[in-house]
Amino acid sequence: MGLRLDHLVLTQGSFRLEADWQVPAGARVAVIGPSGAGKSTLLAAISGFLPPVAGRILWDGHDLAKLEPGARPLSILFQDGNLFPHLTVAQNLGLGLSPGLRLTEAQKARVGAVLAEVGLGDKAARKPAALSGGEQSRVALARALLRARPMLLLDEPFAALGPALKAQMLDLVDRIAGQTGATVLMVTHDPEDARRLCPLTVVVADGVAAPPAPTGALLDDPPPLLRAYLRG
Amino acid sequence: MAIAGLMAAALAVVFLRAGSPRLGAADWAAVRFSASQAAASALASVLLAVPVARALARRRFAGRGLLIAAMGAPFLLPVVVAVLGLLAIFGRAGLVNAGLAALGLPQIGIYGFHGVVLAHVFLNMPLAVRMILHGWQGVPAERVRLAQSLGLGPWGVFRHIEWPMLRGVVPGALLAVFLICLTSFAVVLILGGGPRATTVELAIWQAVRFDFDLSRAAMLASVQFLLCGAAVLLAARWTAPGVLGGGLDRALSLPAPGGWRRVADVVAIGAAGVFLAWPVAMIGVWGLGGLTSLPQAVWAGAATSIALSLVVALLTGLAVVALASAAARAGVLARLAEAAGMLPMAASSLVLGIGLFLMLHPVMAPSRLALPVTALVNTLMALPFALRLVLPAWREAEATQGRLADSLGLTGLGRLRLAILPRVRRPLGMAVGLAAALAMGDLGVITLFASDQGGTLPLQVWRLMGAYRTDQAEAAALLLTVLSFAVFILFDLWGRCGTEA
Repeated sequence: MGLRLDHLVLTQGSFRLEADWQVPAGARVAVIGPSGAGKSTLLAAISGFLPPVAGRILWDGHDLAKLEPGARPLSILFQDGNLFPHLTVAQNLGLGLSPGLRLTEAQKARVGAVLAEVGLGDKAARKPAALSGGEQSRVALARALLRARPMLLLDEPFAALGPALKAQMLDLVDRIAGQTGATVLMVTHDPEDARRLCPLTVVVADGVAAPPAPTGALLDDPPPLLRAYLRG
Repeated sequence: MAIAGLMAAALAVVFLRAGSPRLGAADWAAVRFSASQAAASALASVLLAVPVARALARRRFAGRGLLIAAMGAPFLLPVVVAVLGLLAIFGRAGLVNAGLAALGLPQIGIYGFHGVVLAHVFLNMPLAVRMILHGWQGVPAERVRLAQSLGLGPWGVFRHIEWPMLRGVVPGALLAVFLICLTSFAVVLILGGGPRATTVELAIWQAVRFDFDLSRAAMLASVQFLLCGAAVLLAARWTAPGVLGGGLDRALSLPAPGGWRRVADVVAIGAAGVFLAWPVAMIGVWGLGGLTSLPQAVWAGAATSIALSLVVALLTGLAVVALASAAARAGVLARLAEAAGMLPMAASSLVLGIGLFLMLHPVMAPSRLALPVTALVNTLMALPFALRLVLPAWREAEATQGRLADSLGLTGLGRLRLAILPRVRRPLGMAVGLAAALAMGDLGVITLFASDQGGTLPLQVWRLMGAYRTDQAEAAALLLTVLSFAVFILFDLWGRCGTEA
């Protein structure tokens, strides 16, 4: 079953993107392509921020069209602004369990456990501004772990991190997705990210999000459009 | 939506009850006086404000920040207190006339046209100073640097930098002061009156209190509404800069010429400081002694006023949150909500008051509902200011936090409490504080409704003045001033102590 894009058409102004494919549950898919090709647009549609003009988005056979972003079976991490700056780390995490932030003792304990798991056990009472970029990313990932939704969409949340930190984050994504069995869709500019984490890759270019293909073979022998992008 | 409905109902009743559409000679005189005193007040306030703003913009001295902050204070100062302070200086038994008498010179009078204008200048010149200072501080630093590198003297700076800036800012300041003075009531109630010095606003009150001629009052209210509506539409074409906002301490390297210009600047700042501080100081000093011998009615009035101002604060807070949450979205409904919040700009306190009076009058004695009506009118009148303060922050919060809140499924109250309110807490605290302070000091619609006993603290001050018990009036005025600023500071602090990220 998993995620299915059924004759999906997205438009924003004169921009148009089509997609018609599916990936099985638990798959890890990199989304790569030139800037402005529509990678973020694709994720925005799946997460419910951009209604399609035609076609359907289905999860396990159920159409997601009627669901608000927060009710969809997914967590999404944006490029920035993944944490509320006025709430503490623990409160930001708590939102993943209860939108009203009324947590039971058991839920509070889970927040603490997850924080410890991402190595931030001592920063629960901090505000995001008092954390480094890498720590902020870990908090956001920890919240995705708490929410444990079937899909995890990553819209380049680690783009601002250095190479070593980014590698750490990808390992953390790997671990979290392994624990929750989540299907991962990750937008990236770096083919190495795709190789590291995602056996499948979707190329977004020229108004089409192509069906997922095995990452290794794709990157070793890229089709012309992707080659132009990768080789500059 | 209830706000729009209420406003529309009040106005509809006003228009329906308006009797003969013909204005008598006295009514025309009121229209003329309203417009002419407002025009004179606006001109005088802005003309005097320009040199003060310029001096503040280009000089640096100890206490400058404090002085600029204090320029915001007259907005909160209850009008009746300001007038009382001016009377203590320029009134019949005031300091100036005492001095003139000692020198054997003829007395000056404060009642009538020039007294009204004097009080309006006192109340509104600081507002004009802040608006114009804002313009000066908006001059790009690059432009100033260019002028300096070209060696432009003070005259050149004025011609090429300051004059174009003033041409943009002054019309807005003129219109803002004109609008405020057009619907002025308390000042004219005390210093004006008589056939030659009555505004439309005062004429409405007289029609109700003296003649009990409700259809004439309704007709005058219609005239007032049309007058204000026209002025507001005119004003909407100039977008007024944020007057109450911060950003006043930005370092700006305006050239500060020496010589006589330095002296002129010192005189401008000094004169403005004395003119603005003196009347308040008089109340402070003279009122202090009388505080212990205040009659019981004054303390009862104070308690009423505190309760009234807290109710208005609560109502304004709720209304502004409701309106802003609707107005921050996109679409037709949002524009409607914003318009509903801004609508009271075109209505004056007494226009709304007379509308409610006419609605209530057939049902029960309006005096029994004096306080609820006063609270309601004060809330409506505070809404445009409050919305102006809160809406930009709200839009900002939705723009930066809205998507994240959506993705986490934050909706309804949880979204409000966790995602939005912490981001708008500062302007919200300020807006609610403003509403509370204005309600505390308001001497407007309450005079239309109140019976002869009881009432609010400003009403008590006014009664004491009318009874020539000046000492007690000054003491009560001091109490009123302290209370007004206290509620504002209280709510403003609440907004500031919000955890800032």
